[in-house]
Amino acid sequence: MTETFHSDATLTSWGRVVRERHDVARPRFGDEVSRIVQTLSADSPGLAVGLRRSYGDSNLNPDGRLIDMTGVDRIIFFDRRTGVMRAEAGVSLSQALQVLVPAGWFLPTTPGTRFVTLGGAVANDVHGKNHHAAGAFGASVTRLKLLRTDGGSQELAPGDPLFHATVGGLGLTGIIAWVEFRATPIPSAYLDGEDTSFTRVEDYFDIAAEKRKSFQHTMAWVDCSTQGTKLGRGIFSSANWAAYGDLAPHSEQSRRNVPLDAPDFTLNALTVRAFNSVRHELKRMRHGPYRTHYDPFLYPLDGIAHWNRLYGAKGFYQYQCVLPPATAHAGVSELLKTIVASGQGSPLAVLKDFGPNAPVGMLSFPMEGTTLALDFRNQEERTLRLMADLDRIVADAGGRLYPAKDGRMPAAMFQSGFPKWQDFCAYVDPGLSSAFWRRVSG
Amino acid sequence: MDGSLGYAPMQADLKQAQASNRVIILGALSAIAMAAARIYAREGAALVLVARNEARLDALAADLYARGAANVVVAAMDLEAEARNAGEHLAAWSSPMGGLDHIHLVYGYLGSQLEATASQAELSRIVTSNFTSAVHWCEAAANILRRQKHGTLVAVSSVAGDRGRQSNYAYGAAKGGLALYVQGIAHSLAGTGARAVAVKPGFVDTPMTDGLKKGGPMWASADQIGQALRRAADKGGPIQYSPGKWRIVMAMIRAVPAFVFHKTRL
Repeated sequence: MTETFHSDATLTSWGRVVRERHDVARPRFGDEVSRIVQTLSADSPGLAVGLRRSYGDSNLNPDGRLIDMTGVDRIIFFDRRTGVMRAEAGVSLSQALQVLVPAGWFLPTTPGTRFVTLGGAVANDVHGKNHHAAGAFGASVTRLKLLRTDGGSQELAPGDPLFHATVGGLGLTGIIAWVEFRATPIPSAYLDGEDTSFTRVEDYFDIAAEKRKSFQHTMAWVDCSTQGTKLGRGIFSSANWAAYGDLAPHSEQSRRNVPLDAPDFTLNALTVRAFNSVRHELKRMRHGPYRTHYDPFLYPLDGIAHWNRLYGAKGFYQYQCVLPPATAHAGVSELLKTIVASGQGSPLAVLKDFGPNAPVGMLSFPMEGTTLALDFRNQEERTLRLMADLDRIVADAGGRLYPAKDGRMPAAMFQSGFPKWQDFCAYVDPGLSSAFWRRVSG
Repeated sequence: MDGSLGYAPMQADLKQAQASNRVIILGALSAIAMAAARIYAREGAALVLVARNEARLDALAADLYARGAANVVVAAMDLEAEARNAGEHLAAWSSPMGGLDHIHLVYGYLGSQLEATASQAELSRIVTSNFTSAVHWCEAAANILRRQKHGTLVAVSSVAGDRGRQSNYAYGAAKGGLALYVQGIAHSLAGTGARAVAVKPGFVDTPMTDGLKKGGPMWASADQIGQALRRAADKGGPIQYSPGKWRIVMAMIRAVPAFVFHKTRL
């Protein structure tokens, strides 16, 4: 049963713009995965997917096959002395934390949701608020096992070219069977944080340069609803692990849920309200230092199940770019101006500086500079036109877009942003493909 | 940090003495059983996992260790074929643990009614897996619990056992019979301190039901049913629906008169 593919007529990614038929297999054990992988071929390519938190189409393969790896979710070993964990690709970061935290360890880095599988974390070389201190996820991967559709399999370690193609390789170099990574020790499950408000986006850069010297975790919320002199006002938040406190992991239960698509007419109000609640909490925290459990600090939206439904039935796009240090000041200001003028952006955007750590993967998104991320409700032509305008600013600034967030970038944009993409092509498994890859490699 | 690797360093009997519960799971590789086993692992239980595929059991055992299980023993066997030796097997697994707190019977076989109608082999397999072999394991477990005067047997039945329907009456009759059997065991254990529970899940999103159209309010996840099994081991009556709303749904379905029911294709 678990080795057969079943048709799903309306499978979507997190952004929910594309709803297409896929044939999906749901293996639960390694031996099932090995057999399924060998049924894939260039004539009928497939793709392994995890919790499908990538927003666009890098995790979709319309009218083709998907291997849902979330059932392959066993921890193979965890060494409490060294913090090394080896686990099957379908283990979520959330599950891994349940084991790591009580033993005094944490993920080396984490994206803003813990509902990401280890396989997905590697395939997208995900980054987090501590990028300037820890690099992206791939920097802590010590080993992984890759299954190829020709029946071959190999264990890969840093230094092996196929390893560097697989980290950030969007699942195209083979099926990741398991991942071994080095966790980071934590003294408690709590963070000591502080918030600094800024009134102009220019000030963000000064604060970021200062705070990164003394804080492991940094990021900023930027208000995208104000224009003119208040353009780019925001709150810079920074934190370090607290030296005292217990090692209680997060609760796996969502506190709130969005049970249905928000209907279009209430959409904006609801969206604004949801984000305002985040903003409100930030305001409350603004006065002086605070202590917080890692869960609300690192995963503010994980408490609301299916928050993506707030954008309604047509779904939404996320736009995330990174600009190199030399062009980031001017580029970010111009991006924000364009977004605010369009009136289409989400009320809040995220700004974060990446450190100079060399990317581990050939297609890793993070590079030294400043990254900006925000959502756009899908208003079709109008939204696509705006994002094309933003593309020009990003390309002129020598920046690039994050494939995990993307569902529309043109091939030229991808190819100019990721100069190693042609080297990468040599490592692609011909039995694997995605909608994203077919678009950008053309 | 205690510096232990999760595996070997502690003495096995010492670990079992510290276990929160001593648990045997029959059919440990089903999605529901694995969900329940992870809850036990977090609690620090000692577990005996029984199913057919040894390599998969070993993978599951490593996972449960990492998640906090005090001890994990695996036994690869065909539970249907070994049902007549159930007593010896249960004794062999429970005596090193010094007893048994919870035993879960989770294995089963959905099969196909259409095939069962045409093939004696399929019909036998459905009945043997879900009823004949299962009651042997249940009776052997009941004997241990009766002697111990404590502990719980939890067997997975199904809402399909509440009314015979053209689409799956072989499976339904076997699972319904199992629930009756366990209800009888619960009666026989009354007053001893030991308990028996038949859990009746509704639609569950597991590999067993792949191919059906899923989703919507009547579908539960394997994790939800796993939690229900764990809870049933601690409290509740001898027949537990999971999720609980199925008790009402099935009461209504049982109440539909035949002349109406026969017009449906349920």
